Amino acid sequence: MIIDTSESSLKAFLRTLPAVDEVGVNARAAMLATRSIKTSSKSWAIDTAISMVDLTTLEGADTPGKVRALCAKAVRPDATDLSVPSVGAICVYNDMVKVARQTLDQIGGKDIPVAAVATAFPSGRASFKVKAQDTQDAIDAGAAEIDMVIDRGAFLSGRYGEVFDEIVKIKEICGESAHLKVILETGELVTLDNVRKASYLAMIAGADFIKTSTGKVTPAATAPVVFVMLEAVRDYYSATGTRIGVKPAGGIRNTKDAIKQLVLVNEVAGPEWLTPSLFRIGASALLNDLLMQRMKMRDGYYASPSYVTLD
Amino acid sequence: MSAFEYAPALESTSIVQIAESYKLFINGKFVAPKSGKYFPTINPATGKVLAKIAEANSKDVDLAVEAARNAYAKVWSKMPAAERGKYLYRIARILQERAREFAVLETLDNGKPIRESRDTDIPLVAAHFFYHAGWADKLQYAGVGSAAKPYGVVGQIIPWNFPMLMLAWKVAPALAAGNTVVLKPAETTSLTALLFAEVCQQAGLPDGVVNIVTGAGSTGSAIVNHPGIDKIAFTGSTQVGKLIATAIAGSKKAATLELGGKAANIVFDDAAIDEAVEGIVNGIFFNQGHVCCAGSRLLVQENIHDELLEKLKVRMSHIRLGNPLDKNTDIGAINSESQLQKIQELTAAGDSEGAERWSVPCELPAEGFWFPPTIFTGVSQTHRIAREEIFGPVLSVLTFRTPQEAIEKANNTPFGLSAGVWSEKGSKILWTASKLRAGVIWANTFNKFDPASPFGGYKESGWGREGGRHGLSAYLKGGN
Repeated sequence: MIIDTSESSLKAFLRTLPAVDEVGVNARAAMLATRSIKTSSKSWAIDTAISMVDLTTLEGADTPGKVRALCAKAVRPDATDLSVPSVGAICVYNDMVKVARQTLDQIGGKDIPVAAVATAFPSGRASFKVKAQDTQDAIDAGAAEIDMVIDRGAFLSGRYGEVFDEIVKIKEICGESAHLKVILETGELVTLDNVRKASYLAMIAGADFIKTSTGKVTPAATAPVVFVMLEAVRDYYSATGTRIGVKPAGGIRNTKDAIKQLVLVNEVAGPEWLTPSLFRIGASALLNDLLMQRMKMRDGYYASPSYVTLD
Repeated sequence: MSAFEYAPALESTSIVQIAESYKLFINGKFVAPKSGKYFPTINPATGKVLAKIAEANSKDVDLAVEAARNAYAKVWSKMPAAERGKYLYRIARILQERAREFAVLETLDNGKPIRESRDTDIPLVAAHFFYHAGWADKLQYAGVGSAAKPYGVVGQIIPWNFPMLMLAWKVAPALAAGNTVVLKPAETTSLTALLFAEVCQQAGLPDGVVNIVTGAGSTGSAIVNHPGIDKIAFTGSTQVGKLIATAIAGSKKAATLELGGKAANIVFDDAAIDEAVEGIVNGIFFNQGHVCCAGSRLLVQENIHDELLEKLKVRMSHIRLGNPLDKNTDIGAINSESQLQKIQELTAAGDSEGAERWSVPCELPAEGFWFPPTIFTGVSQTHRIAREEIFGPVLSVLTFRTPQEAIEKANNTPFGLSAGVWSEKGSKILWTASKLRAGVIWANTFNKFDPASPFGGYKESGWGREGGRHGLSAYLKGGN
């Protein structure tokens, strides 16, 4: 796609990307939000969405107890119904990776990966040395997925080479041990043209996933942003034959929103992306709403929130 | 791999009550036709008969014109303009309240997807009445002078592609300007017009202000040739438009004609390509391509032809064809068997003239009238599919090398209704738009309508404008 990875050729390449017309994207995303997903397709979508949740806690107040509780929820989201699938991953800060990994291994969640946010999450304002160590720590503690943030300051001032090099180096640290998700923090990039450019920068630099947001900035995973990122992975696949995953995070709180995301995946990137290995939803509150909707589909009535667990 | 099949999500039809047969609406009442004749209207998605519709003959048209004349002379022209406006507001509000009912009935009778009748047609119908309600007492600002006066009795003949929306485009400005109306809906789509007659009753509109006579060509001809009619407003084919122009030549009748189109949708290589693809799809597959301003000729800059076509085909493969009542349907049924035959005939000509056909591989329902979304590549200006209006979901793809060539090809048509321009460069858009001979030009979008925006064409696309101040003034005579 590009001649070399120098600053100037990256810049030249990003300029060749077609522009994004925001009005058009908003209209198409709004139209797709009117898709009516009912009965059997709703059941399928709920279970698929549960299996795609990166169950997340990213608080200063996180404790080992909180993380252990979240792990239990991740393995068996609904203790009364074992047909509910496990979630896609647990997502924590790197000092919580060890306890998360140990807990999951102990309670039958060996297959559930632990994702760690890294590289001075959420702002990314630290020296590269610190970012690299942050990543290495997470991997050493057992993280199988690294959610790194890009340097938005560098991106916005046009220093694409810096953004690119950081991703490349973090990818090297991940090596074979961890998947790399690159957080664009689209709420700070603001325009959809920037979203498209940053998506390509991350994909070319070696991202396995591109992720919308840290969850600490609003707006986060809006439909137009996810739409443009899904177009980017679709077009990258048709140019290179490699499928990159997409992870919206932040602001997806209920089943309706989650299903709208799946519709976007289905009709923009294509049904091939409807798998946890290529699409994840970063969320915390969403899981309980999915469970309540699932109960409604099963029982025919809405249960009280007391029937789903708070962890 | 997975299968995210969307389960059927059917809009309920319980909100509409379709009678076995429908009479004419004359002088505020539903009356049996003097002709004694009825014809069936069918649901094009199933081919099944929905109801029998009265066929108005010249005697019925006489009665309708007489009722309209009386209402004009005795009530409507005497009424303070602000009072006229109140009736239009009332109609607009009732249309909003009964929007779901109108949307379902439109979809049943026309075959268009419920998503379009619900989200586009009926909201625009109400918007047209609201817009024109505000004009009723401000006619001196409509651009024909301070003594603006209505024509009197207006004969209106509308097509089947947007039955209610075309009714609104015709009736709302006519009434706001102070005219009374004899309206004939298309013979395949009379039901919503007859439901609108009920709305007129519900709004307490004085008897005879709106009269609806159903029927086919001979009913239309009785209206056009009626000596008691002061103005004709017609939307339909260029062929019928020419017959009307001939028929009224030398008479006192004024006319506005909205006729066919063969719009060029011009995509430059600096366009936002994904949104251009979206606009191409919207331009030609909206309403099954039964749109006079449809972007039926894609003019794409040759250096992005292959890339654009690849993206277009991927996008088209996501179009959902099927039951129009399903909320997830994107493209519904062709309105009638004769229209389907016309599409088939023209596309066969495309094959035989050497263009390459590609259709979305989708299953067509066994009953009713259907045509898959189709594109022809390798089309040249001499092909029939580049010159004649197909009025179906069929896109002809042509290429150009320079902006000048794009303009030449775009304007090289007997029509001139609409056009689209796709570029990220503002100066290029303005340059292109100023050179295009088309009444409506969309930049980086397509098929956007608003009551405040005039709509109409050059050359064989018609006379006059509808919508906005220009459309309103077509229902007014100037004075001194």
